[in-house]
Amino acid sequence: MWKFHKWFERHTLILLVGILVVVSIGGLVQITPLFFIESTIERVQGVRPYTPLELAGREIYIREGCYTCHSQMIRPLRDEVERYGHYSLAAESMYDHPFQWGSKRTGPDLARVGGRYSDEWHRAHLADPRSVVPESVMPPYAFLANADVNASLMPDHLRANRLLSVPYTDEQLANAAIDARAQAEPMGEHAYDFQERYPDALVRDFDGDPGRVTEMDALIAYLQMLGTGVDFETYQAEAPENQR
Amino acid sequence: MTAAVGKQEWRIDALAILAIIVLGAFYALWGAAHATDRAFAIQMWTALAAFLFGGAMLIGSVVRPNPADRESRYENGVIKAGVIASMFWGIAGFLVGVIIAAQLALPNIFYFEDFGWLNFGRLRPLHTNAVIFAFGGNVLIATSFYVVQRTCRARLAGGLWSWFVFWGFQLVIVLAGTGYLLGITQGREYAELPWYTDIWLTIVWVAYLLVFLGTIWKRQEKHIYVANWFYLAFIVTIAMLHIVNNLAVPVSFSGWFSYSLFSGVQDALTQWWYGHNAVGFFLTAGFLGIMYYFIPKQADRPVYSYRLSIIHFWALIFLYIWAGPHHLHYTALPQWAQSLGATFSIMLWMPSWGGMINGLMTLSGAWDKLRTDPVLRMLVVSVAFYGMSTFEGPVMSIRAVNSLSHYTDWTIGHVHSGALGWVAFVSFGALYCLTMWLWKKRQVSHALVEWHFWLSTLGIVLYITSMWVAGIMQGLMWRAYNEFGFLEYSFVETVEAMHPYYLIRALGGVLFLVGALIMAYNLWRTATGKDPAVERAADVPAQAVAAE
Repeated sequence: MWKFHKWFERHTLILLVGILVVVSIGGLVQITPLFFIESTIERVQGVRPYTPLELAGREIYIREGCYTCHSQMIRPLRDEVERYGHYSLAAESMYDHPFQWGSKRTGPDLARVGGRYSDEWHRAHLADPRSVVPESVMPPYAFLANADVNASLMPDHLRANRLLSVPYTDEQLANAAIDARAQAEPMGEHAYDFQERYPDALVRDFDGDPGRVTEMDALIAYLQMLGTGVDFETYQAEAPENQR
Repeated sequence: MTAAVGKQEWRIDALAILAIIVLGAFYALWGAAHATDRAFAIQMWTALAAFLFGGAMLIGSVVRPNPADRESRYENGVIKAGVIASMFWGIAGFLVGVIIAAQLALPNIFYFEDFGWLNFGRLRPLHTNAVIFAFGGNVLIATSFYVVQRTCRARLAGGLWSWFVFWGFQLVIVLAGTGYLLGITQGREYAELPWYTDIWLTIVWVAYLLVFLGTIWKRQEKHIYVANWFYLAFIVTIAMLHIVNNLAVPVSFSGWFSYSLFSGVQDALTQWWYGHNAVGFFLTAGFLGIMYYFIPKQADRPVYSYRLSIIHFWALIFLYIWAGPHHLHYTALPQWAQSLGATFSIMLWMPSWGGMINGLMTLSGAWDKLRTDPVLRMLVVSVAFYGMSTFEGPVMSIRAVNSLSHYTDWTIGHVHSGALGWVAFVSFGALYCLTMWLWKKRQVSHALVEWHFWLSTLGIVLYITSMWVAGIMQGLMWRAYNEFGFLEYSFVETVEAMHPYYLIRALGGVLFLVGALIMAYNLWRTATGKDPAVERAADVPAQAVAAE
């Protein structure tokens, strides 16, 4: 056996190919089945693609590195389910490119933060976390309220997502720039059309600054929809197709 | 090699590299002109400046070649540059680490409302990438170039390409670091580089692989030395991981944001397949390559067991790839994948300790040197830390343990026992050796190495013990119930409880940083000092080879 190894030690190409074969196996066995085994993602009702404003908010969430301190993955453990709500399903992040499950909870899990606090609370908390939670170690994000969302880029964002099989309709694609503003302007002329295109989305002036659509609007719109999609009244955790 | 042949080879390199630089510069100019956002424009101007600087340097070296460089047996200049770059980025990365530790300990002092780009969320990727890729990467490139030349008795292949690898990698670091401050990130841990920097890194990495392979091809030794197996596995596997994990669709070719090819659960496993093997191949296999050259060399003993090195090499690289899912216990990843990941993580304990045993037992018959040679002690202690953290890792991958430890600071402590204790210490040892050997000076100051060693060790102990206490406490508080069956603590009470441990951790980080500063001073003094060189017996460690 030891003599056999001299082939690897004396021939660069054999060593190279040997390494490649050995390091490929694990990934192939573990990752590729996830694309083919149907039960990998549960069948649920209510998960929809992000609205343009939520998508812009998600970009801010990524840009600011929120995932370095907040997870979006509730584990099926008693204390987590009681603290945060129903454990997270794979289906809930099926339109997340990239996933933002996180790996550290310096702050609490955000998978179901949507609807848990008011917009006013989020504004105050994001601008100066310690004004609301004195013991918090979170950084201040007051600058978000002063930066406008660049709505003109949103059609490109939706197009990239559709290329990745996120089911946006042609109409949603064509109106992405308008919709990015409309969601934060409930009195605006496009609010009604927006709600036709995204029936489950919230239409509110999230940042309390009616004249503008700011990054604060976008981030709060994103946070307020997190984990609110799935209808757990109809979801059957015990059904065979949801057993994994 | 005759001068004429040498000259021709060199010209082809220069032209090919020039072509890459020109293409890069044109793209940067186009990108800067059409940028969809200010951050991308700044990145492109930075890249353009770098390409112009690179072009000027290249033309300078064509017009005025340094004959002494070309006539020496080994290419040493690029390794010297690597030693300096390693030390520089190391201190930068440690400093950012201290800053973010201070932010969590004293948020009222270290956050600035007007400087959003200094927030924790942007500095944390800067810290992790600076220490892993800027510091660790430079150490790996420099040591691999040193080791492959000595153990193959051949000059680095490809002429100027090794310099392309060095400067190309520095450009990756500069684009990455300034990008994180600007908020440019993919939101994937340890793979935060945006799509265009990913492509540039791929080009640099392929050049690195070819220079390394080319040198092995030129070797005048029958056998490929064991350190080179590890370096090769590191380079090849990192290429594979990097390309697959960063597959993405950019929103625009003149903007930084991109959407990853996979989503949700598939994306999560791809990322942690990458993430855990950045640990396995960047921070382990590569640094084991360092261990297999520098410990036998500095101890002047042969590697303990040739057969053990064969077994643990193939077992290590085979098993590591499977371990990723232990980062996703109890998540929405299917349970079969979680169990598979945990099983292989526990098996991984064995080849890891195989490496540790092979490193430590190399000291057989030379243990007394630990008293007199603090550089060797640093190298050996790094292997001890390697053993400790590769035991802790499998323990944490057990589901029951993981349900407590996951999401807490225990993980942070575990990472740092490996990163500070193993990766940084073995790097420090190698950098001390390289400085003594390359600048042909007698010795680094042993007194200063002692100070560095003890300050850093104390810093590591403070760091990992405080994070053990913090993490376990956090995990227990999250799941604590009171006598009425309600959750005992609100989340913010667990944050408040962390405060003293975050202070201790920051203090540990400061000690580690001070140690590194002492080291930088020591290296600078050694390199610029007037002590004459001491001839070394041989460049190749006495080798244990199978009887044939």
